Amino acid sequence: MLLDRVQRLGATTLQSIAGLGKAALMLAGAVFGKPNVRKGLPLLIKQLYVVGVLSLLIILVSGLFIGMVLGLQGYTVLVKFGAEGMLGPLVALSLLRELGPVVTALLFAGRAGSALTAEIGLMKATEQLSSMEMMAVDPLRRIIAPRFWAGVISMPLLAIIFTAVGILGGHLVGVDWLGVDAGSYWSSMQANVDLHQDVFNGIIKSIVFAFVVMAIALHKGFDAVPTSEGIAKATTETVVTASLAVLAFDFVLTALMFGG
Amino acid sequence: MNSRKIELLVGVFVAFAIGAFFVLAFKVANAGFTGSGDTYTLYADFENIGGLRPRSPVKVGGVVVGRVAAIELDKQYYTPRVRLEISRQYDNFPETSSLVILTSGLLGEQYLGLQPGFIDDSVHLLQDGDLIEDTRSAMVLEELIGQFLFNRN
Repeated sequence: MLLDRVQRLGATTLQSIAGLGKAALMLAGAVFGKPNVRKGLPLLIKQLYVVGVLSLLIILVSGLFIGMVLGLQGYTVLVKFGAEGMLGPLVALSLLRELGPVVTALLFAGRAGSALTAEIGLMKATEQLSSMEMMAVDPLRRIIAPRFWAGVISMPLLAIIFTAVGILGGHLVGVDWLGVDAGSYWSSMQANVDLHQDVFNGIIKSIVFAFVVMAIALHKGFDAVPTSEGIAKATTETVVTASLAVLAFDFVLTALMFGG
Repeated sequence: MNSRKIELLVGVFVAFAIGAFFVLAFKVANAGFTGSGDTYTLYADFENIGGLRPRSPVKVGGVVVGRVAAIELDKQYYTPRVRLEISRQYDNFPETSSLVILTSGLLGEQYLGLQPGFIDDSVHLLQDGDLIEDTRSAMVLEELIGQFLFNRN
């Protein structure tokens, strides 16, 4: 009885370690594989379009609305203390440090990560990946690597856009609607936001999240059970695991960057 | 969709992101005055720095001329020593200048007010690494309230 349980625990541990190992191998193959600029670049640009440009709309709209909500909520609290002038730093710092990278990563996992998992899972189910191998085309280099790098490149860019649009949204609500002074909105923001501490750390966060989300999405797709059920499960797992991993990494990174 | 259009859209996307980064860097973070290279260093000892923090501004008549680079405790006299980085653009303060810790608004953040002193033949200008001797400490609200209550009895 007890032995069975211990054995099951051992099996689960071994399986998860093997899964991690497989993911690491796949990732290493995709990341460190010798890039072929002439063949790889068009693939990368195609993926940048699919992963980055097509995610732009959701990022713009949600960034604008999150900035507007921050402006509205921040204003109602700050006005009680007569400190509406601090609305700018409130909006800018929350977006730069947390909301920009995190919400972008969550949206990206839902918008692009799930699509990648489903795409690669379906390629596997219809044996496109095996036929590539038959034709001596490495699917890691042909399929995984361009998608991985496209995600890693486009997520920080999307996070930057998200943050900038969010700050404009805060301006829209705070200054244009609620009547905070535009000069104090920008100047107190400039006085309190530091290029290294806030802007660069936010971008670093976003790059880390990009690696995490892309690694999870591609691995889940590559490792999916090649049935329609398996693909559905893999897609769900991508969104759930990637979101949880982003939130967990966010805490660790925040503790490292701003905790000390 | 042909590849030219895709490349064009990706280019627009990247350019847009770079534009947004410059908005963040210059409009939001004000990278214009981070103080790297074009500054010189001054020191000042205070009795009490109150709520002064690194990166607090140093102002002359309301104009930001530099920032607090570091604050540490002098081991010999147990007083806070503040390191200031002043823009090279403003390198003509006499050594008779004084520093005051001021508060913007009643509960706002604290900053350093630099008051330029008089100049005559025997007065030198402050150079890199000099110590500003004439300083006044922060007004600590709790101490003021304590004094007020104490004096009433």
